[in-house]
Amino acid sequence: MTLVAMLLILAGLFFFAIGVLGILRFPDFYSRLHAAGKSDSLASVLVIVGVALYNLHDFSFANVLVSLKILLIAVFIYVASPTATHALTRTALVLGIEPWEKGKKRR
Amino acid sequence: MRQLQQRVETQQQVGESLITQTAVRLLVPFVQLFGLYVIVHGHYSPGGGFQGGVLLGSSFIMLGLAYDQKTVLRLMSERTNILFGNLGALIFTGVGALCAIFGGLFLDYSALDVLIPLGPIEWRSFGIFLVEVGVGLAVMSIMASLFWDLGSAGQMDEGL
Repeated sequence: MTLVAMLLILAGLFFFAIGVLGILRFPDFYSRLHAAGKSDSLASVLVIVGVALYNLHDFSFANVLVSLKILLIAVFIYVASPTATHALTRTALVLGIEPWEKGKKRR
Repeated sequence: MRQLQQRVETQQQVGESLITQTAVRLLVPFVQLFGLYVIVHGHYSPGGGFQGGVLLGSSFIMLGLAYDQKTVLRLMSERTNILFGNLGALIFTGVGALCAIFGGLFLDYSALDVLIPLGPIEWRSFGIFLVEVGVGLAVMSIMASLFWDLGSAGQMDEGL
C-alpha cells in the first residue's frame, strides 16, 4: 500500500512539474491558465489520494476517519479549482485581454 | 474576439456567471460548517476562534462575489451583522470580566468554578471554548462588513 501511495504522489508531482512548465512557457494568459488549472486539479487530487492511502498503513478506525477527511479535501478542490479558473478566464475575457495567435508576440 | 466579449457583456452583469453561482451555492454551507468545526475544535486541533471566524466571514464574501450585495444583505442584514460582532466582543469581555468578578484574574477561567461547579481544569477548557465563540462571531462580522464596505465604497448598494 505504501508503494502505491508513493507512486500516486510521484505521479502528482510529475503533473505539478508539467503545470509549472506550462505556466512558464505558454505564450499568453489563457493558455497559461489552462496549463495551471488542468494540471493542478489532477495533480493535487493524485497527491491527496496518495497521502490518504499512506495514512492507512497501520489500519485503525481513527486513521480511516482521517483518510476520509483528506479525501473530502479532494472533493473540495474538484469543485473549487475549476470554478476559480472559470471566473478568472471570464473576467479576463470581459476586460478584453486578447488571445495569442500564431505569429504574434508572446506576452 | 470582440463579438465574444459583447455577447458576454450583454448576457449578464460582469461578475455574474451561472457556473460560479452554482459552485458558490454548493460550497457555502460546507464552508460554514467547517468554520463551526474549526471554532469548536479550537482547543485540541489547529484552528480556533479567529480562523473559524475568517472561514464564516469568507462564506459571505464568496456570496458577495458570485451574486451581488443585495442578495447578501437580504440573507444577513447590516444590523444583524453588527449585532453578531458586538455580541462576540461582549462574550469575550463578559467571560473575562466574570472571572475577575468571581475572584480570579481577568480571563482566569478556573475562578468560574463558583458559578457552576465543574472543577477548575474542566472550567479552563470550557472557558477557552466560550472565548473562542466570542472571537469567532466578532471576526466573522468584521470580515464580512470589511468586504461589503470596501467593495461598495461605503454605499452598500452594488458591490463588486
